[in-house]
Amino acid sequence: MSKVHQFEVIVVGAGGAGLMAGLYASRNAKTAVISKLYPTRSHTGAAQGGISAALGNYEEDKPEWHMYDTVKGSDYLGDQDAIEFMTNEAIDAVLELEHMGLPFDRTPEGKISQRPFGGHTNNETGKPVRRAAHAADRTGHMILQTLYQQCIKNNVTFFDEYQVLDFIMVDGKATGVVAIELATGELHTFHAKAVIFATGGYGRIFEVTSNAYVYTGDGCSILLRHGIPLEDMEFFQFHPTGIYKLGILITEGARGEGAVLINGKGERFMPKYAPTVKDLASRDVVSRAIYNEIKAGNGIDGKNYVYLDIRPETVNKFAALDGRTNPDGSPYLITGDTVLTKIPDIVDFCRVYLGVDPVTQMMPIQPTAHYAMGGIPTNKYGEVVIDDKGTTVPGLYAAGECACVSVHGANRLGTNSLLDLVVFGKHAGLKAAEYAKNADYQKMPDGAESSIRSELEALKNGSGKENAFDLSNEMKNVMFSDVGIYRNEKDMTSALEKVRELQKRFKEVKVSDTGKIFNTELLNAWELSNMLEIAEVVAASALNRKESRGGHARDDYQERDDENWLKHTLITKKNGKLEIKYKPVVITKHQPKARVY
Amino acid sequence: MEVTIKIFRYNPEKDKRGHYETYKVEAHENDRVLDVLELVKGHKDGTLSFRRSCAHGVCGSDAMRINGRNMLACKTLIRDVGANITVEPIMGLKVAKDLIVDMNPFFDNYKKMLPYLINDNPLPADGKERLQSPEQRARFDESTKCILCAACTTSCPSFWASDEYYGPAALVTAHRFIFDSRDEGAEQRLHVLSETNGTARCHTAYNCTEACPRDIQITKAIGELKMAMVTGKID
Repeated sequence: MSKVHQFEVIVVGAGGAGLMAGLYASRNAKTAVISKLYPTRSHTGAAQGGISAALGNYEEDKPEWHMYDTVKGSDYLGDQDAIEFMTNEAIDAVLELEHMGLPFDRTPEGKISQRPFGGHTNNETGKPVRRAAHAADRTGHMILQTLYQQCIKNNVTFFDEYQVLDFIMVDGKATGVVAIELATGELHTFHAKAVIFATGGYGRIFEVTSNAYVYTGDGCSILLRHGIPLEDMEFFQFHPTGIYKLGILITEGARGEGAVLINGKGERFMPKYAPTVKDLASRDVVSRAIYNEIKAGNGIDGKNYVYLDIRPETVNKFAALDGRTNPDGSPYLITGDTVLTKIPDIVDFCRVYLGVDPVTQMMPIQPTAHYAMGGIPTNKYGEVVIDDKGTTVPGLYAAGECACVSVHGANRLGTNSLLDLVVFGKHAGLKAAEYAKNADYQKMPDGAESSIRSELEALKNGSGKENAFDLSNEMKNVMFSDVGIYRNEKDMTSALEKVRELQKRFKEVKVSDTGKIFNTELLNAWELSNMLEIAEVVAASALNRKESRGGHARDDYQERDDENWLKHTLITKKNGKLEIKYKPVVITKHQPKARVY
Repeated sequence: MEVTIKIFRYNPEKDKRGHYETYKVEAHENDRVLDVLELVKGHKDGTLSFRRSCAHGVCGSDAMRINGRNMLACKTLIRDVGANITVEPIMGLKVAKDLIVDMNPFFDNYKKMLPYLINDNPLPADGKERLQSPEQRARFDESTKCILCAACTTSCPSFWASDEYYGPAALVTAHRFIFDSRDEGAEQRLHVLSETNGTARCHTAYNCTEACPRDIQITKAIGELKMAMVTGKID
C-alpha cells in the first residue's frame, strides 16, 4: 500500500514552468507541486542570457517583430497562433517578474536593461535589436529564485525530493500520479483532478550537453508509456558555444556583448554564413557553421573546437568594422570591466574549468546539446492535445521544456525558453485550476502503484550482466555522433539499432542497492530507462523526416522541403512499436520563405 | 592518473555509525570531484549516494567537505585538490545517507527571513517596472548570487554549536531584500535578525566567506546587517 494524498491540481516539476503553474493554480484550487529536487536546484537556474520581450527600453521594438523573428527562427515550423500569443504576452510577463521582485539589470533611467541576442532583429533594418531582458548572466537563476520566493509568500504546498514515477489515467482522464519519497523510499499516490507536467528536457541522452544530470525526460517518457504522443522530437537544439569537452554553456549574451567566433586560421568566420547579423545568427545556423569550419580543417590546431573571443580589443575592433553604436549613437566600446560585469559567471566558469581568463584569453568552445524543441503536444493553454483534430486529454496539462506548444518549431530563439515557461506555466496553471473547479475526482483504481512497484522490483532482480553506467555512456556517444548536428540515413539507422540493442541489454541491469533510503542507484537506473525510450523516439522521428529544417540538418536531404515536410511529427508507442503521424503547422501571418541571416 | 578517494559512508538501514571506504579510479586532472564520484558509483559501488544536478556550480546540490573544506564537488577539479581526496558530508546537518544530509532545517531557516519582496504600495500606474538606478541595483547584487548550497552555513562554528542559529545563508537572503531599494520589509526582517538566533550568533570567523563557491563576501554582508540594526539606517 502507498500513502494517499488528494489535491485538485498536481504540478510535477518545480522549475520555472512548474513554479509559475503552481503559483497560478493555487490561487483557485487546492494545489501541490512535486519535485525530485529541492525547487531551487531546478535547471531553469542554469539559464543565463535573458528573457525576451519587446519592451523597447533602449530602442524601438514591437511584439510583431518578436513574433516574426520567432517564426523565422523556428524555420517556419512553429505554430503562429501560439507564437503570436506568447510574444503578445511577453511584455506583461517580464513586467510581472519585475513586480514580483526579480532583480533585473537596469538602464541609466532605471528601467529593465536589455541586450542583443541571436535572431532578435529590427524587422525594418534587419539589424540586431536589444530585446533580451537580463540580470547579469544568471537570468534563469533570478527567475527560479523569484518564483520560488513568491511560492513561499503564497504558501504553495511542496513535496520536495519526491520523484514522480507514473501517471494514472482512468477513462481517458487524468486521475493522479505515483511518486517515491526519496528520503524513505515510500511510494505515495497523489489523487488529483488535474495534473500538469513541467518536468523539463532530456539533453542527457547526448554526450556533450549543457543540461543537468536530472534532465532525463521523465515526464515525456511516462506519458509516452500511457499512449500519449510526443511531438517534433527530432528537433533538438545544439547551442553553438559550450565549453570544449564539458559542454557547459557560454551564454549567447557573450556574443550579444560583442564577442566573435574565431577559427584555427584566426579568422572571424560567421560573416561567411550570416552576412547581416554575423555572430548573432540563430543557434542552428551558428552551430552548423562551427561544424563546417571544423570539418574543413579550420578547428583550432585541427581539433574539434573553435574560439569564442570577448577580449576587449577584439570586440572593439569588430564593433567598429560593423558600425555598432551605443543607443546614444557613440561608438560601441567595451573594457575588461564590461566583461566582468556583464558575464561574471562565464568568467568564473572559464577560470575554474579551463584555467582561461576571458578578459585576456580566447575561450575554446564546441556546440553542446542544449534544448528540446519537441515534447508533449499542447495548445496555448497547456492542454495536452493528442491528434491533428485538437482532441485533448481531460485534466492533463504540460508546460515548459517538456511541452511542445509549438512556439519553437524546428529551432528555438535564445531567451524564448524563459519566456515560454513563464507564459505557458501561468496559463497551464490557470486552465488546470479552472478545469478542476468544474470536475469531479475520478475513482482511484485499486493498486494504482502496483505497476511501478513491480518495475522497480525488476530493476533490483536483473541478472547483473550489464552495467547501467556503461549503457548510459554508450547511448550518449551514439546519440551525439549519429543523431547530432548533422544527420544522415545510414548513421541514424545504426543509431536506432544501437539504442534498441541498449534497451534489450538494459533488461540485464541489476541495481545493487537494496535499501529504501535515498536509493539513488535505483532511480538513476529508472531514469536511464526513460532516456533510452526518448533516444529511440528522437532517432526514429529524425530518420523519418527527409529534409533539413532548423535543428534537424541532414547531409542526404540538405534543403528544407515545405511541400512535403511543413508539418509536425507525432510519435506514439503502442505495444512496443513506434507509430509516426503528422499534423499541419498553423500559419497565420507569415508564409514560409528562405531563411537568411 | 590514478585517484585515491576516501569517502564517508553511512547507511542508516545497515550501519550503526559512519565509516570510510577508499576507492581507486582512473581520472584526468581536469575532471571534477563529481566526475570521480560518478565513476565510483558507476563502477565500484552503486550504493554510494550523493546529490547532484547541474554539474557546473549553479544549482547548489553537491556541497560537501573535500579534504576538510566545504566545496561544490562539481566546481572542484582534481588538479586543484590532488590525487588523494577525502570526501565527507557537510557538518551540522543530520546525515541521511553517505554524502546526503537533511536539508530541511536549512530551508526552514531560509523561510524565516521572509524571503520575498515586500512592498504593498500600488504598482506604477502605467503598469511598467518599478524604477531602480544601476547603483541601487548594484547595492545588493552580490547577495543575489546565492544558490542555497549551504556550504557557508555548515562551515560556521556558531552553527555547529547551535543549529538554532539561522546561519550565514539565511542572513545573506535577508541582506538581498533589505538592501533592495524596492523592498519595504527591512524593519520586519531586522526584528527577526535581532532575536537570539540572528546576527548576534555571528562571531566573524570568516569560514562562510571562504567556503562560498559563489565568492559572496558573506561576513561583510552580515556586518552590514549588524550595522543596520545598530544605526537603524539602510544604506
